[in-house]
Amino acid sequence: MITGILIISPLLASILIMMQKKNTNIRLIALISSILIFIFSIIALITFKNSAYPETLMTIPWMSSLGIDFRFAFDGISLMLILLTTFLIPIIILASYTVNRSKLHLFYGLIFLMEMALIGVFSSQDLLVFYLFWELTLIPAYFITAAWGGENRIKITFKFFIYTLFGSLVMLAAIIFIYFKTPLPHSFSFDSVFTAHLTSVEQIWIFSAFFLAFAIKIPIFPFHTWQPDTYTVAPPAGSMLLAGLMLKMGIYGIIRFILPMCSLVLDKLALPAIILSVTGIIYASIIALRQNDLKKLIAYVSIVHVGLMAAGSFVLNISTLQGVILQMISHGINVVGLFIVIDIIERRFNTRQISDLGGLVHKMPLFSILFMIILLGSIALPLTNGFAGEFLIFLGLFKFNPWLTAIAGLTIIFGAIYMLWMYQRVMLGKINENLDFSKSVLKWYELAALIPVAVLVIFIGVFPSLFLRISEPAINLIIYTINAISIG
Amino acid sequence: MNALITIVVVALLTMFLGLRKAKKAMLPVIFTGLAIAFITNLLEWNNGNVSFPNMMVVDNFSVAFNGVMIFTTILVFMFAGNYYRSIDRPLEDIYSLMLFALCGAIVMTSFSNLTMLFIGIEILSISMYILAGSKKFDLASNEAALKYFLTGSFATGFLLFGISLIYGATGSFNLDKISEVIINEGNRLPQYFKVGLLLTMVGLAFKLAVAPFHFWAPDVYHGSPTLITAYMSTVVKTAGIAAFYKLFAEHFYAVKDLWSDTLWIFSIVTILTGNLIGLYQRNMKRLLAYSSISHAGYLLMAIVAVNALSANALLLYSAAYSIATILAFGIIIIVRDERKNDDIETFNGLGKTNPYMSLGMTVALLSLTGIPPLAGFAAKYYIFTTAMQDGYLWLVILALLGSVVSAVYYFKPIIAIYFKEGSWPPIPVTASYRFEIIFNTVVTLLLGLMPWVLMVL
Repeated sequence: MITGILIISPLLASILIMMQKKNTNIRLIALISSILIFIFSIIALITFKNSAYPETLMTIPWMSSLGIDFRFAFDGISLMLILLTTFLIPIIILASYTVNRSKLHLFYGLIFLMEMALIGVFSSQDLLVFYLFWELTLIPAYFITAAWGGENRIKITFKFFIYTLFGSLVMLAAIIFIYFKTPLPHSFSFDSVFTAHLTSVEQIWIFSAFFLAFAIKIPIFPFHTWQPDTYTVAPPAGSMLLAGLMLKMGIYGIIRFILPMCSLVLDKLALPAIILSVTGIIYASIIALRQNDLKKLIAYVSIVHVGLMAAGSFVLNISTLQGVILQMISHGINVVGLFIVIDIIERRFNTRQISDLGGLVHKMPLFSILFMIILLGSIALPLTNGFAGEFLIFLGLFKFNPWLTAIAGLTIIFGAIYMLWMYQRVMLGKINENLDFSKSVLKWYELAALIPVAVLVIFIGVFPSLFLRISEPAINLIIYTINAISIG
Repeated sequence: MNALITIVVVALLTMFLGLRKAKKAMLPVIFTGLAIAFITNLLEWNNGNVSFPNMMVVDNFSVAFNGVMIFTTILVFMFAGNYYRSIDRPLEDIYSLMLFALCGAIVMTSFSNLTMLFIGIEILSISMYILAGSKKFDLASNEAALKYFLTGSFATGFLLFGISLIYGATGSFNLDKISEVIINEGNRLPQYFKVGLLLTMVGLAFKLAVAPFHFWAPDVYHGSPTLITAYMSTVVKTAGIAAFYKLFAEHFYAVKDLWSDTLWIFSIVTILTGNLIGLYQRNMKRLLAYSSISHAGYLLMAIVAVNALSANALLLYSAAYSIATILAFGIIIIVRDERKNDDIETFNGLGKTNPYMSLGMTVALLSLTGIPPLAGFAAKYYIFTTAMQDGYLWLVILALLGSVVSAVYYFKPIIAIYFKEGSWPPIPVTASYRFEIIFNTVVTLLLGLMPWVLMVL
């Protein structure tokens, strides 16, 4: 029941908003419905029994003769990501609440379409339906970035579209292949997909196909080339959707599909995958040091963080995977927070070049504090949300391969350098005389977006176990199934 | 069979209405007639295999495909009133030829005799040759008709030669007898049976615009009046693929080894040619011509891999393809009507001036790309599953790569519509056009959400 409400309500909100004519109504309706959907997901959390198995299954028959049905349910992992989605959407809407846009109704309508697709991806219990929603996220993401983006957006977003479409179509081939390996009668339901009989050669191919799709989405080096440009050119809300939510689909996919389906070849293929991820971490860190554009900097920082998550997600270890899940939530919150900060700066001073800024702290003290909190979360200071997750991931990676961990660990140093250095140049020091501080006071909606983010940064940092508890049984189950397969 | 008779009667009636100069009555008569034909066709569902001795068999397969074709024809005719509104004369020739072409198409789905196949193809083709040139004073239209006629008659020659060789080898035109001989004799059939098989295949491939026999398609699609192009790329293609399935998958199944490899290559070459050359098109009609070539390749995939899913995959695919293509062509007609041009640049800024039309075009192109949740995705998925079931993994992978390439050119118009600035004023859209655009858009979406409506075979 609650699953159905969670999937349908964003769609209804989307349709309702697209039919509106007056701009003032649209914002209010969007905000209220996004908060309502968040409340629905909180209800889902309260009624959640956390039994490791997917709960509140909802089945709608579709092409039953081919074994495809709309099956939705959520376990701990799904619920965490659904909560992240429903929490971030109101924040994203608030962050640019009064900004004037052309075709406002379409903008918010697409955001809610995106929300529905994301919830569908995270809660689907049928491989083809998962694919359906996976593909569906692409359409709103493309149109939001291409229609409301910045300079040169058409070329850049098109590259993004074709790139990701390529990845997902390769995955579709793998999905159809798996279907014919499932026990009779063939079905796409997760139960039968995970019991498909695949030889290790077949698993290598399946691994490669899924990895390609997920690596492009996440993005993992060397499939990341679409990402910095797209994040930079997208409107702030678009960057937040892409970085905060959409890339989580890839990591979710690794944990949900690659681990259980390719368990026979995991010990061979995990290493190259982790090496790629770690290469991306180092590569992006170095490039991030040289960035002058705040948004581009965050784009590369994002590659660093997701690289670490991707590396961790290939390590078969309860605490590491738990760390990845927690880090997904933290990264989603932090990166959205950072994009809000950049958006606030850009709206006031019409620039996001670091060299044009300086000394903001003297005129905007509250903003500086909030920015600092989010920044510290992003560089994973203890007692902020980034710490627990990153620590768990490093711990697991260390058991897997100390050398790689040592290299990846450089990111902590790098992270401190590029983030703090950026903070220093933007916020501290002498006031840049060209800046106009006449409108520097934060608006209510900006505060309403930033404060929950900053509060969560600290709250998750202090009480990580509250969140780890939600996903623990589900992660346990995944590890348990994989071990059972490799033994039996 | 009743549907066929109804359509012949409607076509004749249209001609007489033309003689009486009753222009106003013509389209209502045609719509009523086609609606009756659609219903009488559906009434023959599950009637078993009603056979007309040695000539035609009406079974569920033909009923289903006839349904799609009659429905498509109705959709095309819905655009006709406005398309020809500036022409004063009653147009009985064009309308009745379109209806006769539909008769040929219906014969092609239900033949049980090679001569009937030939007759069906000829009824269809000759009508189409004339229709392609029906813009009498337009150079491109004349060129299209001549090209279509010359290449088409070549194809007919091949087909006829093939049929006669098959007759020589098996001693019959009747497909049931031929299948019997093939099963009994098997490899003892003379060598020229294989030649006949190949020539028949080539003849049909010509009609379907399958590469490497596709060279006529872009020019003909471009030159013909847009309404006729829409008709050509939907009804003719559906009829062709139905005939292909009936002949090869049903009756020549026992000698599958002889033709499936060739068809495999045809299929993949068609998909790649259509999609790769499509990348370089600047004109909407040519772009859709190459799109239609590539879709012929996807359709062939279900015949390469013949199994229980094939017929249904073809049905779903041709329905999804036809509706999306007509939607796209319909919008091209409206835009061309106003702006006298059908290059992609003509669509610049349409998203601002005509939101409904833009949405329709976007849905049509996304459906042709195969993006969920539109009909095109369900259809493509079904075709790929069919091919995968028989183990054609590489065919599926190459076809998927083709889909990625096709996304590049299908997005050109979408980008032009939404993200490029245009200086044209809004296009006035009549109520009937608007209704048809919305109707087609909704059908495309619904067929994607409920593909089981057509999963009946």
